Amino acid sequence: MGSLEVWSLIKQGWRRKPEQEDKVRRLISNLPYEDLRRKYQPNRQYANNSIKTTKYTVWSFIPMNLFEQFHRFANVYFVVIAMLNFVPIVNAFEPGVALIPICVILILTAIKDAWEDFRRYQADKQLNNMPCSIYSRKEKDFVSKCWKDVRVGDFVKVVCNEVIPADILLLHSSDPNGVCHIETANLDGETNLKQRQIVRGFAAPDGSFQPEYFSSIIYCEKPSNNLNRFKGYLDKPDKKKIGFGKENLLLRGCTVRNTDEAAGIVVYAGHETKAMLNNKGPRYKRSKLERKVNTDVLFCVALLFIMCLIGALGYFIWLETFPDIPPFVPPDSNNNYISPALSGFYMFFTMVILLQVLIPISLYVSIELIKVGQIFFITNDIDLYDEETDSRIQCRALNITEDLGQIKYIFSDKTGTLTENKMVFRRCSVMGIEYCHRENALRLGAQCETISDDEDIVFQKPKVPSRLQYRQKKGISSLRRSQSARTHMGARYQSEVFTITNEVAFSSPLETDVAPDRRLLRVTCDEKTQIQEWCRVSHCNGSASFMDFFLALAICNTVVVSTAMLPRQRVSRLQSLLKRMGSLSHIVNSFQSIPEKSSKSRSSLKDVKEEEAEDYSDSGSNNPSRRNSSASHHSEEERGTVSDPNGLCYEAESPDEAALVYAAKAYGFTLLARAPDRVTVRLPQGAVLSFEVLDTLAFDSTRKRMSVVVRHPITREVVIYTKGADSAIMELLDCHGRSNKRKKIASKTQRHLDLYASAGLRTLCIAKKVLSEQAYDDWASIRQEAESTIDNREELLMETAVHLETNLTLLGATGIEDRLQDDVPATIAALREAGIQVWVLTGDKNETAVNIAYSCRLFNQGDMVFTLNTDSRSILDCTLGEVRRYTAPSQSWSFQSIVGAVMPTESTGPTFGLVIEGRTLSMVFEAHLQMKLLELARHCRSVLCCRVTPLQKSAVVKLVRNKLKVMTLSIGDGANDVNMIQTADIGIGISGQEGMQAVMASDFAITHFKHLKKLLLVHGHWCYSRLAKMVIYFFYKNVMYVNLLFWYQFYCGFSGTAMIDYWLMIFFNLFFTSTPPIMFGIMDRDISAETLLGLPELYKTGQNSEFYKRATFWIVMLDAFYQSLVCFFIPYWTYQGSDIDIFTFGTPMNTVSLFTILLHLAIEIKSWTAIHWGFMVGSVLLYFIVALIFSAICINCNPPSNPYWIMENQMADPVFYLVCIITTVVALLPRYIIRVLQGTLALSPLVQARKLDRLSTEARDQQIKNWKSQRSPSEVPTNLVSPVDSFSNSFEQSFYNSSLEREIRISFPSCSLSFRLQFLFCTNIQYRSESTSFMKLFALCISSLKYCSFLDFTSY
Amino acid sequence: MMASSYNAKEEDGHHSVSAASGPSAGPSAKSKKPDNTAFKQQRLPAWQPILTAGTVLPAFFIIGLIFIPIGIGLFVTSNNIREFEVDYTGVDASSPCFTCSQTYSWNSSIPCKCAVSFSLEQPFESNVFMYYGLSNFYQNHRRYVKSRDDSQLNGDKASLRNPSKECEPYRSHDNKPIAPCGAIANSLFNDTLELFYIDPNGTRTQIPLVKKGIAWWTDKHVKFRNPGGNNFNLTVVFQGTTKPVNWRKYVYELDTDPENNGFVNEDFIVWMRTAALPTFRKLYRIIQKKSNMTPTLPRGNYTLDVTYNYPVRSFEGRKRMILSTISWMGGKNPFLGIAYITVGSVCFFLGVVLLIIHHKYGNRNNSADIPN
Repeated sequence: MGSLEVWSLIKQGWRRKPEQEDKVRRLISNLPYEDLRRKYQPNRQYANNSIKTTKYTVWSFIPMNLFEQFHRFANVYFVVIAMLNFVPIVNAFEPGVALIPICVILILTAIKDAWEDFRRYQADKQLNNMPCSIYSRKEKDFVSKCWKDVRVGDFVKVVCNEVIPADILLLHSSDPNGVCHIETANLDGETNLKQRQIVRGFAAPDGSFQPEYFSSIIYCEKPSNNLNRFKGYLDKPDKKKIGFGKENLLLRGCTVRNTDEAAGIVVYAGHETKAMLNNKGPRYKRSKLERKVNTDVLFCVALLFIMCLIGALGYFIWLETFPDIPPFVPPDSNNNYISPALSGFYMFFTMVILLQVLIPISLYVSIELIKVGQIFFITNDIDLYDEETDSRIQCRALNITEDLGQIKYIFSDKTGTLTENKMVFRRCSVMGIEYCHRENALRLGAQCETISDDEDIVFQKPKVPSRLQYRQKKGISSLRRSQSARTHMGARYQSEVFTITNEVAFSSPLETDVAPDRRLLRVTCDEKTQIQEWCRVSHCNGSASFMDFFLALAICNTVVVSTAMLPRQRVSRLQSLLKRMGSLSHIVNSFQSIPEKSSKSRSSLKDVKEEEAEDYSDSGSNNPSRRNSSASHHSEEERGTVSDPNGLCYEAESPDEAALVYAAKAYGFTLLARAPDRVTVRLPQGAVLSFEVLDTLAFDSTRKRMSVVVRHPITREVVIYTKGADSAIMELLDCHGRSNKRKKIASKTQRHLDLYASAGLRTLCIAKKVLSEQAYDDWASIRQEAESTIDNREELLMETAVHLETNLTLLGATGIEDRLQDDVPATIAALREAGIQVWVLTGDKNETAVNIAYSCRLFNQGDMVFTLNTDSRSILDCTLGEVRRYTAPSQSWSFQSIVGAVMPTESTGPTFGLVIEGRTLSMVFEAHLQMKLLELARHCRSVLCCRVTPLQKSAVVKLVRNKLKVMTLSIGDGANDVNMIQTADIGIGISGQEGMQAVMASDFAITHFKHLKKLLLVHGHWCYSRLAKMVIYFFYKNVMYVNLLFWYQFYCGFSGTAMIDYWLMIFFNLFFTSTPPIMFGIMDRDISAETLLGLPELYKTGQNSEFYKRATFWIVMLDAFYQSLVCFFIPYWTYQGSDIDIFTFGTPMNTVSLFTILLHLAIEIKSWTAIHWGFMVGSVLLYFIVALIFSAICINCNPPSNPYWIMENQMADPVFYLVCIITTVVALLPRYIIRVLQGTLALSPLVQARKLDRLSTEARDQQIKNWKSQRSPSEVPTNLVSPVDSFSNSFEQSFYNSSLEREIRISFPSCSLSFRLQFLFCTNIQYRSESTSFMKLFALCISSLKYCSFLDFTSY
Repeated sequence: MMASSYNAKEEDGHHSVSAASGPSAGPSAKSKKPDNTAFKQQRLPAWQPILTAGTVLPAFFIIGLIFIPIGIGLFVTSNNIREFEVDYTGVDASSPCFTCSQTYSWNSSIPCKCAVSFSLEQPFESNVFMYYGLSNFYQNHRRYVKSRDDSQLNGDKASLRNPSKECEPYRSHDNKPIAPCGAIANSLFNDTLELFYIDPNGTRTQIPLVKKGIAWWTDKHVKFRNPGGNNFNLTVVFQGTTKPVNWRKYVYELDTDPENNGFVNEDFIVWMRTAALPTFRKLYRIIQKKSNMTPTLPRGNYTLDVTYNYPVRSFEGRKRMILSTISWMGGKNPFLGIAYITVGSVCFFLGVVLLIIHHKYGNRNNSADIPN
C-alpha cells in the first residue's frame, strides 16, 4: 500500500510543476523512409539510441578537464598564487617552483577523471552494442542490430527476459490479453511485475504484427524524467484519435518478463529516454563539519591578511629606519630604488605567496581522500552486511560520513523500517464476529514475543500450557529451517536462470501459510454447501457475506499471479485455457474440470486440521519436536508436489495485499489468475469462478482505499469490492440502511478494529456494494469520458472513483501484523542512550502506531504519554502551553543536554511521550505554533506522529532541523519517505520490501533498522572524531609551519625570505607530513567498536561537536603559535650571533617542525597499529632520505637556496641533534602535559571508555554494566532500592507486572487530550511525589481549560 | 582507495547504465560479503597507550635526568671557550677608526687605515678563529639573497658571459658582464685585518693568520669553481668581464695564490654564504697553535690594524673583530646549556607533580576500574 501511496504522491508533486503542454513530439514510422539519406528521415531531429555518458573525448580531455578543475575555488587560489609568483616585483620563490603543488594536484585529479571516464566509455560501448531486433522493410522481418542503431520511429521487438533498448510504445504482444509484463528493477528497484498494455485498437486478432501497415502519426509529450507521466495520442489516417498513456510505454532498461515477445514503435531513444533522464550523478551534500571548516578557513584568511599586513608595514618601517640606502637592499633591475611605501605594498603580495600554506588548500584534497577511506571501511563492515539479500551498506553520498556522528534527531518511518513489512494475516472480523485465529497466532508465537504481552492484556488470551508453547517453538524452528532451505533454492535459481535479482517477495512460509481459524473455517465450510443456493438467490443475503468477504480478499487487489517453480514465467497455459472458455457467455466453469485437484486440496486442508487438533490434544507426547518437524516436513513435501494451483505465487505491490490473498487462499478461495479484464478464483469446493473485471479504482493516498468493479459470474450483478483504511470505509457505509443490523455490525466491527489497532495490527475494512446495471452504465460512461481527457485526468478519475464508492455494505475487517524487525527495541534504546531523540512518523492510525511504539520501546511502560488530537487552534495553543509547563521543570536535565551539558543529572520521575496526529500537526503549522510544539517536544522522550502525509513528514523534519539547528537523520524504506529522506541532513534508505525509491533518494542504504546502531554509534563516532581531529590537526600543522617563516620575517627585515629550501618546503606539505594525517583520519580508533556499542552515551561527544568547536580551533591555533615560536626561537638563540648561513639555519627548524608535527599527531593517535608505525616512521625516513639526497646532488640548482651539502653538514654537527631534541620536547610539553592530566583525572567519558578498552572482554562488560548503573540510575530502577525497601519494593513490582493501567480521558467539544500513564501504587517516595504532581497537572488542566463539558473517567 | 571511491560513484552515477547491461552484468556468483579480515573490520592489533600520570612519570624523570647533565656539559663547554670581541666601527669620536668611518665611502680611492689596540686578560690556548662581525647587516634580505648566479660561480662559461637575470642590476657594467655578478658579491666585505702582539717591551709582532680552510670544503672544491678548469691564468679566463661596481680589484686579483684566487677565494666564498641573521660573524682567519708550550695568543696587549674599506654608516651597522677558540659545539653560546638545564629541571619538577597527582588520583581511578 505504501508504494501506491507514494506513486500518487509523486504524481502530485510533479503535477505542481509548470507543464509545457504546447510542446509536443510528433513522429511517424521510419519504415517508408528506410534507406533514404539522413536528411530525408522524418524523425531525424530526435536523438538516436547511442548513448554517450563520457564527459570528454581524447582531444577535449586536457582543456575540458582543466576547465572543470578550475571551477574549484581551491585550485584557482593555487593558480593565482602561482601566477603572482611570476610577477618579478613580488615573487617570493622561483616562479617555476611555485607551480609544483598545483600541478601535482591537477595531474592526480586528471588521472582519476580520465580513468573514470574511460570506464564510462567502456560501459557505453558495451551498452551501445547490445543486440536488439529492428524491423526492416526490405527483409520484411525483424533483423538483429545494435542498440545504437535504434532510432525514433523504428519498430523494435523484444523477447522474454530481454532488456528494452529504448522507450517503446507497445503495439504488439504475444500475450493474448494484449499485455506485456515488465520488471522495472533497473529503474526503481521494484521487483514485482508491472503490466503494460497494447495501445487500444492494435491488438491484432491473429496475433501477428505488421509494422508496414502502421500509418498513424504519434503525438506525445517531450522527453521528461518523470517515469510516471507519459501521454499522447495516435492520429490514425482516418482522423481517429487514440489516446495512450504510461501503461502503454515500455521503458528503456526494464526487462520483459512472462511475455514471449512484444513489439512497438520507439518514441524516445538514447539520452531522451526516461531511464537516461533519470540517471543523475552522485549527490553532493556538505557536511556540518565541512561548513565549520569553511568558516575556519575564513579565519585563516583573516589571519593571513593580518600577517601579510604586518609584513608589509614592517618592511615599510624597516626601510625607513635606514639613513641611507644600505648595500643589502638592491635596487630594481633598472637601478632605481622603489619608495618604501610602494615596496611595502609589494611586500604584502610577497607575503601572501610566502605564507599561502596558511590557507589549507590541501585540506580539501585530504578530506576527500579520508572520506573515501572511511567509506571503504563502512562498506566493508561485516556487521552491516545482510546475508539474506547479499548486500552491504551502500554509501551513496560520499562526503557526509562524519555527519553520522553528530545526529541529534532521528525521524523514522514505521512500516518497513521499524517493522519488517512482512505482513502476516492475524485476525479478521466478519459480519461483526471476531475470529482471533488462535492457531495462527500460536504458529507465529515465538516470533512475536515482543508484543505478546500487550496482546495478553488486550485479548485476555488464555494462558497456553507452557509445554505446548515449547512445542510450538520447536515447530517454528523447523519452519524456519524449511524457509532457509527455500531461500537457498531461490538463490540457486537466481544464478541459473538469470531472471531475478531478488528473491520473490512475500513468499516465505511464515507469511504465506495462514492457519485458518477453526471456527471460521467451519462457518465457511458450512457455507460451501450453500453455494448452490447462493447461485440461485439473486439477492445477497447475510450468510453469503462470508463468501463475499473472502472473495473480496481474493479479488480486490492488484496481485500478479505466477507459479512458484518458475517465478517469472506466467502460467500461460492455464491462462489461455481460461481465455478460451472465458467469453462472457461462460459463467461458471464446470465443477468437474478439476475435481481431483480440489478434492486433494480439500483433503490437505483436512490434514492440517487434524494435525492441529492433535497438537492440541496430545500435549503429553513423548517426542513432540520430532513429530512436529516431521509434520512440517510433510507439509513441505506436499507443497512441492501439489499441482499448479498450490504452487501459485503472488506478487503484490504492497505486502498487505499479498497477505490478504494468502489468507483467502487458506480458506480455500484461491486466486488463480489475473488478467486486466478477468480474475479467476477457485472456491473451496473446487468451483472456478471467473469474474469479469469492469474497472479497477486504484489505490491513492487521499481516498485511502481501492475498489474493483466486477461482474459476478453467477448472479450477473455488478459488484464493487472495496478495501481500505477503516476511517475511509466507515464513513462511506450505507448508514441509513434498512436494518439496524448493519449498524450493529458496523459498531461491532469498529470495536474489533480498535482492538486490532491497539494490538499493533494494521487494519483494513472490506466492503461491498451491488450496483444496478443502469447505475453502472451511467457511471461507466462518465468514467470513459474521464479516461479520454488529457488535462487533469487524474482529478477526474478520482472524482469518478469517489462517486462510485458510496453506500457500501460492510463485510468485515482484517488485522494484519507487521512484525518488528530484529533488535529494534534495543537499537532504539541504545540510540536514546546516545542522546538521540527518536521520532516516529507514520501514516498508520493512532492506536497501531502507539502500540508499535510501546513494543519497540519508543515509549516505556512508565512513560506519561500525551496525545494531541484537536482541530481547534486556541485549544491546541493553550494545551501545548500547559503541558509544557508541567513537563519542563522536572525535565531540566533534558534541557541541559540540549544546551550541551556533558551528563544528564539523575532523572527522577517518569519520562514523557508525545503522540500527535497528522490533523493536529497541520493545525500546528497553520497556526504557527511550531515553536511551542518544539518546546514541548524537547521535553519529551519520544514523539510519535501518526496519520501524517509524506509532505508533513518532511515538514516536521524541516521544522526540527531549521528551528532547533540540530543534525537530523531520516530513515525510511518506502517512497512515502522520500521527501523526508531528502529533507534531513542524512537520509537513510532501507532496502526492504517496498522498492528502491527510498534507497535512491538516500545517502546511505542499509538493510535493517538495527544496522543504524552500529552505523551511528560506531562508524558515526569514528568518522566524526577522526575527521574532526584530522581537520584540527591540519589547521594546526599549516599554521605552525607557516609561522616559522613569519617569525623569521622579523629578522630578515620583513623581506619575505624563507630560510627553508623551497623544495623541501613543498615536499614538507606534499609528502613528509601529508600521509600521516590522512592515515590518522581513516584509521585511528579512539575507542573500540564494542565499547562504543556498549556505552552509547559516548556518542554525545559527537553530537556536541566536542572534537571540533570554535574553542578547539583557537586553542589549537594558540598551540600552533606556541610551538612555532619554540621551533623558531630555540634554534634562533642557539645560533644567534654565529656564522650560520640562512639555509643551514633553516634546516634544524625544518627538521624540528617535522618532529614536532609528527609527534603532535602521535600524541593524538589513540591506537597504534603496524600501519600507523609504518606511516610515521616512513615519513621521518622519507624526510631524511630526500633531504640528504637533495642536498648531496643539488650543486647549483634551485637558486637562491642552493642546499648543497647543508643537510650533511648539519647532520655531522652534534648541536643539530641537541637542538632538535630540546626543541621538540619543549614544543610538545604543554600538549603532552594536558593530555596526561586528562588521562589521569579521566574527567571525560571518552578517556574512561578508553581505559575500559584495555581491560579483558569480561572485565569490560562488567565495567560497562557498572558504568551504566552509575551514570543513569533511572534506567535501571532496581539499583535505587535499598534493602530496607525490599518488601515494599516487591509489592510494587508485583503491581508493576500486572500493569495496572489507568487511562484518563478528558474530552472537550472539539479536542481530546488524553493522558495515559501507568499508575503505580507504590511506597517509593519518588513515585509518590510523581503521583502528586500528576494530580497537580490534572487539576491544572481542568482549571485552565474552561471548555470542559464533560469529564469521562474510564479505567480498564 | 581511489578505486573504492570510484566504485561508490559508479553505483550512483551509472546505476541504470550498469543495470541496463542486464543479464551479462547482472547477478554474479560472487558474494558481496565483506572479507572478515582484521584490516577491513578495523580490528588490527593496536597499541593503545593512555597518557596517565602513572605511565608517563618515568619519561619525565628520565628526560630530567638526561637533560640536566647534558645541559651542564654544554654550559661548561661553552664557558671554557675563550672569546674576545672588539668593535672597530668608529662610531665614537674617541674611537681610532672614527675618521675613517666618517669619511669613507664605496667610491673612495685611497684606503683609510686605523689601528685599534686591545688587551687579552687571558691567554687563548688552542687554535684561535678570527672572525669579522657585522651588525644590522641584513644579508638575508630576500632580493639580496637572490642576487647571485650560482652557475657562474660554479665556473659555467656561458653564465660567466651572460649572468642570470637575478643579478640585476649588478649584472653588467659598461656592457660587460660582471664577474661575479649580483648584489652579494658587490657588497663583499673588504676590510683587511691584521693582528699584532705588543710585547711588554713594546715590539710589535705580527701574528700569522692562516687564510686557508675558512670556507666549507665542499664550497671550495665543488660548488665554487673558476671557469676554465685548471687554467690558472685567470686573467685570460675572466677576459671580457668586468669587476663588480663596488670592487676595487678584479676577481682574479683577489689573491696571488692561484688556489685561492678568483671564485675560489675563500674570503669570497665565506661572504657568499649569506648569513641567516642580521647580526652575524664570518670566519676571517685562523690562528694556528704553534706548539704545546706557548699559548696561541698569550695574554697581553694587541693591536688590530684595520684597512677600513667597508662603509656601514648607511645602515647604522657595526663592525667587529672576534677572536674565539672553538669546541665541538662551535662558538661560545651558553644558551643551549642553560636551556637543557632549565628544561631538564622543569621536566623533573613536572615528574614530581605528576607523581603527586598519580598518588592522589591515579589510585582512585584504578580502584574504580577494578570492581570488588
